[in-house]
Amino acid sequence: MIEARIRKQFPPGQESAAFSLDVDFKAEAGITVLFGPSGAGKTLTLDSIAGFVRPDEGRILLDDEILFDGASGVHLAPRVRRCGYVFQNYALFPHMTLRENLEFAVERVPRLERHRKVAEMLEKFHLAEVSGRRPYELSGGQKQRCSIARALIGSARLLLLDEPTRGLDAPLRAELYAVLRQVRQEFEIPTLLVTHDFEECLELADEMLVVRDGRLVQSGTPRKVFEHPANVDVARLLGVYNLLPIEILGLDPGRNVSRLRYQSFELAGPYFPGRLIGDRVWLCIRPDALRVMPKNGRPGTNQMPATLVRAVEKLERVRLEFAGDIAVEMPRPEFGKYQSVKDWVIEFPSSGLRIL
Amino acid sequence: MPIDWFPLWLSLRVATISTVLALVIGLALAWLLANREFRGKEILDAAVTLPLVLPPTVLGYYLLVVLGRNSPVGKIYEWLFGEPLVFSWQAAVVAALFHSTPLLVKSARAAFESVDRSYERAARTLGASELRLFWRVTLPLARRSILAAAALAFARSLGDFGVTLMIAGNIPGRTQTVALAIFDAVEGGNGKAARVLVLIISGVALAVLSVANRLTSSPYGPRQTAL
Repeated sequence: MIEARIRKQFPPGQESAAFSLDVDFKAEAGITVLFGPSGAGKTLTLDSIAGFVRPDEGRILLDDEILFDGASGVHLAPRVRRCGYVFQNYALFPHMTLRENLEFAVERVPRLERHRKVAEMLEKFHLAEVSGRRPYELSGGQKQRCSIARALIGSARLLLLDEPTRGLDAPLRAELYAVLRQVRQEFEIPTLLVTHDFEECLELADEMLVVRDGRLVQSGTPRKVFEHPANVDVARLLGVYNLLPIEILGLDPGRNVSRLRYQSFELAGPYFPGRLIGDRVWLCIRPDALRVMPKNGRPGTNQMPATLVRAVEKLERVRLEFAGDIAVEMPRPEFGKYQSVKDWVIEFPSSGLRIL
Repeated sequence: MPIDWFPLWLSLRVATISTVLALVIGLALAWLLANREFRGKEILDAAVTLPLVLPPTVLGYYLLVVLGRNSPVGKIYEWLFGEPLVFSWQAAVVAALFHSTPLLVKSARAAFESVDRSYERAARTLGASELRLFWRVTLPLARRSILAAAALAFARSLGDFGVTLMIAGNIPGRTQTVALAIFDAVEGGNGKAARVLVLIISGVALAVLSVANRLTSSPYGPRQTAL
């Protein structure tokens, strides 16, 4: 298990604003994803754990060993931390064969044992046949597996991956996910993975930590984060929600209803406990929770007229983007009938509306 | 007049020894400049570069002062080896060393710095000590650039004139290197010796340069990047 409390300040530089990292988390065996926009401090967190960066304050514990402790001044060198690190470019040594890359990580192990370990890893990661090749002779997937095998071979107690899927095509991504699942199963160590792709969190994460501006803003399973984003920033990061600024005009707990105003349009919603009339909040709604139909006469209750800006074809659905930054998804065949329609009405459900 | 081959052999010997020494000193300095932050780093960097821009006579003068028979360094050397350093062929090695080391430090530092940092970080997370990291990762990855720089340093050592003249003198059969011999031959009207030596040195320099050029072309596959 890894327990980290990391604080680090960066004064403003010539081309950069001041930045401060202040995160505090635990991660058990399994895959924990650090999710957030670039510049949020995700990689800095990994680098602090690996020992490349010395935090100003805090404490990093790995299986009860102190890797860093600000108060007592402990700051172990990266080479004694036994944290496997998979770099974005894999960082396989180009002048060594794949086998030599693995051997490099276990050079202190006695010869026989070393041989056994390397053979075992080559087998496990399906690299035995290409073990004599240099990195430039390997496919992307082989390099990926080799860098993970190399990070793990020296009995790593923790695996760190810095945006491992950046710039990878879909098949290679899928391959990596499969390898990481295998690692989760066969090596019972915590894995910390950095990404800004929410799909990846859904795919891999047992637990996700949402990082923004150097702070941990939410943690939990991806499903939980998705269904209950802690605030509008998290919802925006997930990249799936419509976020509409609204004002609460009326609240009636007795009938469990509320009146809301979005731009010049009024709609009815459920009662929102803990909110006051006049509050300006964000309405958070998924594109597939909205219904649309071509405008035909006077819009009814909770139906808002909207102009279609463009329609984006997806695999099974069409994403309709309306003026005012509202997106709605509908099944493709349904949209086929209305290809040329410009003026639509969007129908908001009156229950299940969420505000942040 | 027969051609005296001694200057040629002397020059090759001086250049070889000074290149080996320059490699040792140059790599250490380059590593220090590329990897460590310390007080006076800028001054050290400037001091290392100085011999490149100083007039040879000025550099020679300094060396005479520092290595002369009355200087501490000169005395220690004389006590150790039983003969003075100045005006010996070993002094020519020192002259060549000061001529070639700055070049080597510059190139080696650039070569070390051009090694992708993630390789070094990776080596560290894999349990490598700084020494092993240097021998197994940084040096092999920078090897070609460094060998190319050593080749250039060798060529440069062959050609030193001013500094050698100042501290090793121009003693035929003892400290007269090719550059000095050519000067003497031209002065003394021995056109044939001058022509032969000039051609040989030009050939050696050209050969060394082409080796250096070949070394700097990419070694690992089409592109030497980590991807």
